[in-house]
Amino acid sequence: MSDVAIVGVGCVGFKSIMPELSYKELMFEAAVKAYEDAGGIDPRKDVDAFVTCAEDYWEGFSIFDEFVPDQLGAVLGHLFTVSGDGLLGLANAYMLIKTGHFDVVVVEAHSKASDILTFYDIVAFALDPIMVRPLGGNPYYIAGMEMHRYLAETGTTLEQCAEVVVKNKRNALANPYAAYGADITVDQVLDSETWFYPLKKLEVSPLSDGCIVMVLASERMAKKLTDKPVWVEGVGWATETPNLETRDWCRAIYTEIAADMAYKDAGITCPQREIDFVELSDLFAYKELQHLEALRLCRYGEAGMLLEDGVTTRDGDLPVNVSGGCLGMGYALEASGMQRLLEAVLQLRGEAEGRQIPDAEVGLAHTWRGIPTATGAVAVLSNIKE
Amino acid sequence: MFGKKRVAIVGAGLTLFRRNLKETGKELAYEASKMALDAAGMELSDIQSVVMGTAPDAFDGVHMKGEYLADGAGARNKPYVRVYVGGGTGVFTPLAGWWHVASGQFDTCLVVCEEKMSSCFPHPAYAFTTIFDNILARPLGTTLIWIFALEMHRYMHKHNIKKEQIARVAVKNKRNALDHPCAQLAANITVEDVLNSEIMCWPVQRLDISPTSDGAAALVLASEDVAKKVTDNPVWIDGVGWCIDSTIWTNRDLYYPDYVEYAARMAYKMAGIKNPPKEIDLAEPYDPFDYKELHHMEGLLLCRKGEAPKLTEEGVTARDGDLPICPSGGLLGVGNPIAAAGAMKVCEVFWQLRGEAGKRQVPGDPRTGVAQAWGDLMQYGSVIVLRR
Repeated sequence: MSDVAIVGVGCVGFKSIMPELSYKELMFEAAVKAYEDAGGIDPRKDVDAFVTCAEDYWEGFSIFDEFVPDQLGAVLGHLFTVSGDGLLGLANAYMLIKTGHFDVVVVEAHSKASDILTFYDIVAFALDPIMVRPLGGNPYYIAGMEMHRYLAETGTTLEQCAEVVVKNKRNALANPYAAYGADITVDQVLDSETWFYPLKKLEVSPLSDGCIVMVLASERMAKKLTDKPVWVEGVGWATETPNLETRDWCRAIYTEIAADMAYKDAGITCPQREIDFVELSDLFAYKELQHLEALRLCRYGEAGMLLEDGVTTRDGDLPVNVSGGCLGMGYALEASGMQRLLEAVLQLRGEAEGRQIPDAEVGLAHTWRGIPTATGAVAVLSNIKE
Repeated sequence: MFGKKRVAIVGAGLTLFRRNLKETGKELAYEASKMALDAAGMELSDIQSVVMGTAPDAFDGVHMKGEYLADGAGARNKPYVRVYVGGGTGVFTPLAGWWHVASGQFDTCLVVCEEKMSSCFPHPAYAFTTIFDNILARPLGTTLIWIFALEMHRYMHKHNIKKEQIARVAVKNKRNALDHPCAQLAANITVEDVLNSEIMCWPVQRLDISPTSDGAAALVLASEDVAKKVTDNPVWIDGVGWCIDSTIWTNRDLYYPDYVEYAARMAYKMAGIKNPPKEIDLAEPYDPFDYKELHHMEGLLLCRKGEAPKLTEEGVTARDGDLPICPSGGLLGVGNPIAAAGAMKVCEVFWQLRGEAGKRQVPGDPRTGVAQAWGDLMQYGSVIVLRR
């Protein structure tokens, strides 16, 4: 039972670089598509609040929301920034509608990662300035360390991690929004350069540019705006800790908490049986496996075997990242969660074309905010109104 | 349709506002959170969600500053989000806390606002050079004071306001702050002192401006059920409003803040306020510059356009006047750690309505108060209406 629906989506991208469009033009195009998709709403009259998801350092501006209202049609509208992933934006839009004071809320998230000349240096600025940053090095070493610990703890193999890349990049070939579709083999992944031992080059999601805008509505408005509402059954989000010293290096605690919250919200007691497909954060290949376990979709340490058995392929029992995931679509910074959400919406509307999962009714979208955070979010969506 | 739920503030905490506090941002967030929880008689385990408000990452040189501050704000293993609307953040963050609870998603929410500006060398003002459009404005060497000088000038010109009238706001607020235990720049000064202070960028002079500060503020929000259990004296969030104007500020007439009016109308409508000057007993409009208090009083519809200087001259806005404005001492007196400064205003209205403001208490047993903050490129307004 839910009372909030996604009634419109618009996507531009994703590509490794989009020099033809500025960040404002990306947002404008995605917004126009979303408003059209939501029955042609007029953002100046029909939208009660706008959420933009951005971090200053990605943008190269301080106070980024200054530069947002015009291209979204939000001038003299009720707009604010969530300094976080698009799924956190969705969670706030969901709560706004649930207060009963808001009927239509727009969520925007984008990536213009190709404008960032020194990406890893920016990431390094997110490390604790006193305890960790002075250690130096490329901050993605944290992913290498975590992967090492995760493999040692669970017995997951290097081949299983490489298989995630093969699956997701192959899935991406069928997704017109994906930047990095490819037909490659496990050996190619394992033979690629070791970037952060044991993490290989091809196991790291490359960056991409693009923008996604979504329109959410209360039940009353959703029925007026679309024939194909996708209901937000539950949302959850959590932060474990920013401290590298005290966090859990094996389990994705942030995802466990977020998933439990979303399942409770959605009334899901047995996720394996009740969820038809999953879109989750595979920023690094091993993360897909770790997150699958944290989402309670298999037991701890079993995700690698599930993958080997073909359960998580597009035609398996529990398709995971049919969109191609971050590995296939590209890591789109704060829009990463919106990529996952977009695929879930398209699948549940039956609009995923060549990659459509038959009879999909309940989908899950998950995100993680990347190195060095321990913050994640989960949304459970459904096309059936109970 | 959902039942609309009431949300109460049940506790508030505030650190000292100072330049160059020794504490890290995390520690400041901790201090304020602990005070707010103690005031509410609650433990961290009673808190179901946490919202963080903090302004530019450029002050601290920390990317994803919200993530960095999470453990200081008590958010470990909790739903946690940072919201951010420039200078408007301090009043906006409690609004985000409001919808966490009003949605029915949580019974309690800890709202924490932290700012540590002094990490930015040689002066925090440099961080503000990065808020301008990188193609159109930054090459001009724009600074914050530069654009506010334009706005102040326009406001003075439009209504034929004299600098002496505006200086009274600085005199009043710095004097009010003498009674605030956290205040950074409380002082007993005269209009002449303001007019004789160093000219920063005409017509803005040194004593027209609030200082740069470090500090934090926190509030505990609770649903009606929980609020009634933990306190006999809840203060209700009855109205919330926020609004953003166009990025292109050069195309707007700066004499009047439309965005504040739109935000105020949104909040007043929710709170059922039809005649703001009559129904509101005290207000804490955002006063990073003395003219802004006047500007924002007009935007908040507390008086007609151009009338605020007259009310100030007549003493209406004094702490014992008919409509006390910034009885805390405001940003001019207490200090301006951006996000924490806005939240300090919400704390002040909370304490005033509970009758807990000590020497700062306004007379007349106030029932309704308003706090407002302002941000971005002279384009953002956030408003909260509190009622006892």
